[in-house]
Amino acid sequence: MSANHTKTELLITVIAGLLEGCRHVAVGASSPIPGSAALLARKLSGGSMRVSVLGSRKNNFFTNGGVELFDLAAQGRIDAFFLGGGQIDGEGNINLVGSGKYPNSDVRWPGSFGSAYLYFLIPKVILFREEHSLRVMVPKVDFVSSPGTSPPNVHRPGGPTHLLTGLGLFSFNRARKRFLLQSVHPGHTGDEVVRQTGFEFDRIDPVTETPPPTPELLRLIRGEIRAEVAEAYPRFAASSSFG
Amino acid sequence: MVAVPKDTSGVAMSATRELIKLGVRDLHLVCVPTSGIQADLLVGTGTLRTIETSAVTLGEFGTGPRFAAAVRENSLKVLDSTCPAIYAALQAGQKGLPFIALRGLIGSDVMARRTDWKVIDNPFGDNDPIALLPALQPDVALFHASMADREGNVFVGREREVLLMAQAAKQTLVTVEKIVDGNLLEDEARAGAVIPAIYITRIALSPRGAAPLGYLDFYPQDEDELARYAGMARTNEGFNAFVDEWLAHGAALA
Repeated sequence: MSANHTKTELLITVIAGLLEGCRHVAVGASSPIPGSAALLARKLSGGSMRVSVLGSRKNNFFTNGGVELFDLAAQGRIDAFFLGGGQIDGEGNINLVGSGKYPNSDVRWPGSFGSAYLYFLIPKVILFREEHSLRVMVPKVDFVSSPGTSPPNVHRPGGPTHLLTGLGLFSFNRARKRFLLQSVHPGHTGDEVVRQTGFEFDRIDPVTETPPPTPELLRLIRGEIRAEVAEAYPRFAASSSFG
Repeated sequence: MVAVPKDTSGVAMSATRELIKLGVRDLHLVCVPTSGIQADLLVGTGTLRTIETSAVTLGEFGTGPRFAAAVRENSLKVLDSTCPAIYAALQAGQKGLPFIALRGLIGSDVMARRTDWKVIDNPFGDNDPIALLPALQPDVALFHASMADREGNVFVGREREVLLMAQAAKQTLVTVEKIVDGNLLEDEARAGAVIPAIYITRIALSPRGAAPLGYLDFYPQDEDELARYAGMARTNEGFNAFVDEWLAHGAALA
């Protein structure tokens, strides 16, 4: 990791850049890095972006219970969202259920949450998983919580646009059903990404390096954003994730 | 069939303890749309035959350990779902409809594994496949809320999924932080956030009834207690020790 920012601060910066131009960004439960990035993107938008953070009282206007997020998504009122996965494959399929043979998974994860719906309906879904290893980035997921692409007759305004990990940033091409490595984070190499990825992906040589946060952005992240995200994620805000 | 809400919407933990004490068996639990320590305790004590849920998670402490063990050992029937499917099926129940249509799902293994769900061609569209889910009409909705009045009206604030649950279920059992005098529906500013008594079967006063989970501004989640549970529940023996203590000294916790 390069000298003057943490990995977390870099990831927040990258995600905030991807959110530019969105009108409404929603962030699921237990997502402190995407949550921080959304708050940063809102700040950079001059306040014109709306951000809904599940688990926050201050940054959440929902008054119709948990169903409201899904109703908003189905009507196209949410532009961007985040999903992860215990396994992610090269066609953008995600598995939040477990590894091994379903239903008696060897390792059971919590479950699919809203992924089998939101992945279809929100135009910009950013896959975010910090661990980038062969056990996560697999050739084929053991269980499809939600597919990366759908046949043309299936109603699907949404889907994955990017995959951000602790090693790099990929974009996703829905027609080709393939990821393209956009950049690797400082301190890592394209070859390392290849070694740690169980699926094939496109790349352009030489691979570019993910740009680090500018000093102004870093100041914002460490000050205003860190304080703001503490409301929903007090332990994260107090941690060494920030420099 | 018993429906319970997600961790932040009022989980009736003290009532769950009494359910376990009674030795209830073979329940079908519907988590609206997820659950945590409540579902994990019910799984570990053998109270459930079936769980229908979008997730069983202890938040930062990971998957419910007894849930994961039951999956491995094949001792629990799991109906894996997705959050909006549970809400939508309850909405069908609320309206007295036999089924409801829902976007998404098609091509997922969630859909493929749910033999009770179907895909039809949208009769109003052209080559537009869409999923249909049968209505959920739980026998009982069980949750915790802020307060009730003596007429049986229950204030839930903006935690409106419990309103949906109460309207979909045949019976609704509620524990509350406090009982207040007067009629909650007479205050126009509050009335919209009240479940009217017609949907409520029984109310029990249970201060701190959601602990060790938190409830709104009344009390925060007890992080130490949840961490202790997550650690102990990794083994059957540890889990049993936790439950024995919880059942014996539960009043102090909840």
